[in-house]
Amino acid sequence: MIHMDPMSIRNSIDEGKRLDGRPMDKYRDISVEVDVVGSAHGSARVKMGDTEVIAGVKVETGTPFGDRPDEGVLMVGAEFVPLASADFESGPPSEGAIEVSRVTDRAIRESKVVDFKKLCITPGEKVRMVYVDVNVMNDDGNLIDACSIAALAALLTTQVPKLDEDGNLTEESEGPLPMNGKPVCTTFAKIGKQIILDPTRTEGMAVDARLTIGTFEKDGKIEFCAMQKGGIHGFAVKELEQMIDMAEEKGKGVREIVDWAVQKKK
Amino acid sequence: MELIKDGIRYDGRKVDELRPMEAKVGVLKNADGSAMFKLGNTVAVAGVYGPRKVYPKHQEEAERAILRTKYNMAPFATSERNRPGTNRRSTEISMVTRNAILPLLFLDDFPKTAIDVHIEILRADASTRCVGINAAVLALADAGVPMRGFVASCSAGIVEGKVVLDIAGKEDTEGELDLPVAYYPEKDEVTLLQMDGITNNAEAKEIIKLAVKGAKDMIEVQKNALREKYKLEGAE
Repeated sequence: MIHMDPMSIRNSIDEGKRLDGRPMDKYRDISVEVDVVGSAHGSARVKMGDTEVIAGVKVETGTPFGDRPDEGVLMVGAEFVPLASADFESGPPSEGAIEVSRVTDRAIRESKVVDFKKLCITPGEKVRMVYVDVNVMNDDGNLIDACSIAALAALLTTQVPKLDEDGNLTEESEGPLPMNGKPVCTTFAKIGKQIILDPTRTEGMAVDARLTIGTFEKDGKIEFCAMQKGGIHGFAVKELEQMIDMAEEKGKGVREIVDWAVQKKK
Repeated sequence: MELIKDGIRYDGRKVDELRPMEAKVGVLKNADGSAMFKLGNTVAVAGVYGPRKVYPKHQEEAERAILRTKYNMAPFATSERNRPGTNRRSTEISMVTRNAILPLLFLDDFPKTAIDVHIEILRADASTRCVGINAAVLALADAGVPMRGFVASCSAGIVEGKVVLDIAGKEDTEGELDLPVAYYPEKDEVTLLQMDGITNNAEAKEIIKLAVKGAKDMIEVQKNALREKYKLEGAE
């Protein structure tokens, strides 16, 4: 991470220059690698510039929620482990970690791309529990997008374990997790009057407001499945509309990268 | 069950109509400022303490005040009892609430102090974070904390394929999308925005505009509640 005072970051962004020379509306290089952890049922490592996260999926069995007796359960959590940044501490999750977890979870859950009904074993009694845990390994900003890409890639490569006659999990796989879409988060930030895509940790120190938009594709059309505003200032409605338009195209680009990584593995 | 028929919702409202609102300032004795905001069956009470000394001391900032917000839902606020205490949901709501209100305050004017805003949801029927914010802004004003203006929060969403204002009751459990905003008219900015559910580009923009319109109406209710408490005898 480059150490710079927020004022000079603002001035430079105001002149249309980013510290790493990127255009305002470009992601850093994103690399996605799947099946990186043998003990998980699905996994992925995502690097976005110097930000690095690893997601692992574990599929277990458990009791369904009372109001959804015939549906499996999905839980997404992001862990800010202290090795990833001098700012992370061990102990209970920080507000920031809870936000990353919940926004990542929201985009996947609300898009309804995981077929929860197919994850039911015995209605009201036993269902599949899908746990997605994302470990942040190195924080250089925009953890929401990195975690959401890693969670998606891990889910897309998840193999559901077979159950034996007594309903216990076995080492064998039954097939891939039933999914029919690829939700990803795209995060913008406002610094002064400029809107930038994919803020780094250094840029994060100067950010006035942030907006994350979750998108996926259905029947050839882009749908929106989640939004979350962060930061201590606001956005004009016009700025929100501008980011909604940009998210359509940017999300598409990210999905192509995920697709390529998943296909390559197959 | 059909939730919207001929443009009228099951509780009798039009698609762009808010539930009845009520606001009262100065509802608690001990707090430096307090307020109740009611939107249909959702009721929030907010209490403000401060600016005051910061404990724990390490949170103190030498050059400005810190704003701490706490959203809490009473265990009896929902149809089924909800477990008391902080959870991931309430932590997130406390955070977005703080960000929604922060632009209003002159934190630099009160170094080394804390402004504590406590929001208690007494009855929950959707839009609890919005109602909590509406109560909090009034409580801050009641506490005499200087502010640049008002913020009000309101939600809009989709029910049975239609864009509607202020989702409530069955619309909350059976509706397709919920999008709360907080709006700061003096700067014409949206200071809170969240969305759960599926929509497309044009519809997302329409929902944001509708929620902002609802928030503008709520600001009038906030202002009237303050006038009610602080009117001068004999003045117009």
